[in-house]
Amino acid sequence: MTIAATTPKPIRVLVRRHAAIVRVTHWLNAISLCLLLLSGLQIFNAHPDLYFGQQSHFGHQWLGMGAYERGGTLHGVTVVDGYVFDTTGFLGASRDHGVLVSRGFPAWLTIPSVRYLALGRRWHFFFAWVFAINLTLYLASAALGGHLKRDLVPTLSQIKPRHVLHEIWDHMRLRFPKGEEARRYNVLQKGAYLGVVVLLLPVMILSGMTMSPSLDADFPWLIDLFQGRQSARSIHFITASLIVLFFFVHMVMVVLSGTWNNVRSMITGRYAIEADPPPLSLPAPIGDAP
Amino acid sequence: MTLPRRGLLQGAGATLGALWLSGCDKIAENPQVVKVLSSAEVLNRRVQRLLGRGALAREFSKADITPAFKANGTINPPDADYQAMVANDFADWKLVVDGLVERPLALSLDQLKALPSRTQITRHDCVEGWSCIGEWTGVKFGALMDLAGLKPAAKHIVLYCADTLGGAKYYETLDVVDAHHPQTILAYAMNGAPLSIAHGAPIRLRAERYLGYKQAKYVMRLEAVDRYDHIAGGQGGFWEDQGYDRYGGI
Repeated sequence: MTIAATTPKPIRVLVRRHAAIVRVTHWLNAISLCLLLLSGLQIFNAHPDLYFGQQSHFGHQWLGMGAYERGGTLHGVTVVDGYVFDTTGFLGASRDHGVLVSRGFPAWLTIPSVRYLALGRRWHFFFAWVFAINLTLYLASAALGGHLKRDLVPTLSQIKPRHVLHEIWDHMRLRFPKGEEARRYNVLQKGAYLGVVVLLLPVMILSGMTMSPSLDADFPWLIDLFQGRQSARSIHFITASLIVLFFFVHMVMVVLSGTWNNVRSMITGRYAIEADPPPLSLPAPIGDAP
Repeated sequence: MTLPRRGLLQGAGATLGALWLSGCDKIAENPQVVKVLSSAEVLNRRVQRLLGRGALAREFSKADITPAFKANGTINPPDADYQAMVANDFADWKLVVDGLVERPLALSLDQLKALPSRTQITRHDCVEGWSCIGEWTGVKFGALMDLAGLKPAAKHIVLYCADTLGGAKYYETLDVVDAHHPQTILAYAMNGAPLSIAHGAPIRLRAERYLGYKQAKYVMRLEAVDRYDHIAGGQGGFWEDQGYDRYGGI
């Protein structure tokens, strides 16, 4: 009689993944970014055209939304670099209480739903402060506490092109790191998170500040950094779009790599990994008798 | 039958959507909520005043001037008394300066032009999001205040305008701290020509650290005050009475 060799079962262990400051700032960031996006679209709708440079050369926007009437119905259009797209129902013209009206982004994507720039601005600036203070706290603790260097900056071995390509290939096949490898972020995660917290989020704040005539007077380098107030407005919009793109990818990855495990780790801090079982400690082989 | 059921589902979806939106709007427009949100305006003003200490707004070159500077808000006041002044080429127009001042004034356009002036090519930022660059020439606001002699109790300057917009007279308020900013002027010329009606003839305010709605056009009277809550809607300006922030620096 033979006994089938049993492969040792991996053990699920809970590891401490996220520090309290990361968890708190993560959720405050999520809430404020959501409200900033919706109130920001309200502000965008007040002049749904974007330009590059110091000023608005009307009619020369690189991105614009509008509506025109033909055959008794309203048509919404989005113009990108001269190319016209019919976006009726979503951009340029959308339904308000069942009736098509001319507006950039639709009512269900703005705070408040009606066109009300003044109120949109109140929401935007309040949560801009929440967002900026929260990000400052996070970055300061991440830099001083070691989170940035320990968890987010890729190691030398991680940035080897071979390794990066390998990770991309694994992600495309939805194979995520397991076991000991799952204890740390992979290079694609590190790149995405680092890009968001040290590049996209600070650019949101700086480009937003550049739209303020008062802050431009106090910090003229802001205008030079973004090459003009209208460029800053465009970059604010593009960066917000990139954050929305990050959000969707983030959601897909959270679901694909274990929704509850990921959500729990961002609430309680505990993340389950499948650890390799400890090697069986075999008794030292007994040497031949002399 | 599938069609009515589908219609029913769409109807239910639309109703739920409408409920969700009106629920959000109830929170978004709740006066208590708006009051809390408005605290950010105070923070904006305090922090920017602290950081800024009255730095100058960037000035541009003639080459940067916008060919078609957009005129917004009132572009031709419907008011009969204003139209009468236009017919008469503002010959009888006088700027009144009163309130908390030592020497109340009534100055003609020529008298204003004789006062110290400044020319600046600056960027005009509308609260809607667009920007235009223009050259402005006007009397230094600070010089005018010195001529009238502001009393120590004066905290704000109310600018009363000739135009009626949406049923109410346009007005604005400027803090005394901004009245003496070098780039705060009452402009009577734009791009080298007398100020057009669309841009606020005969004079308009230019306070370059602020958004477009602060740049009152068709200015008729300046009143130095210690408070403004008794004027019109009490919020310190035409757009402020519609819910816009009075600071207007961002």
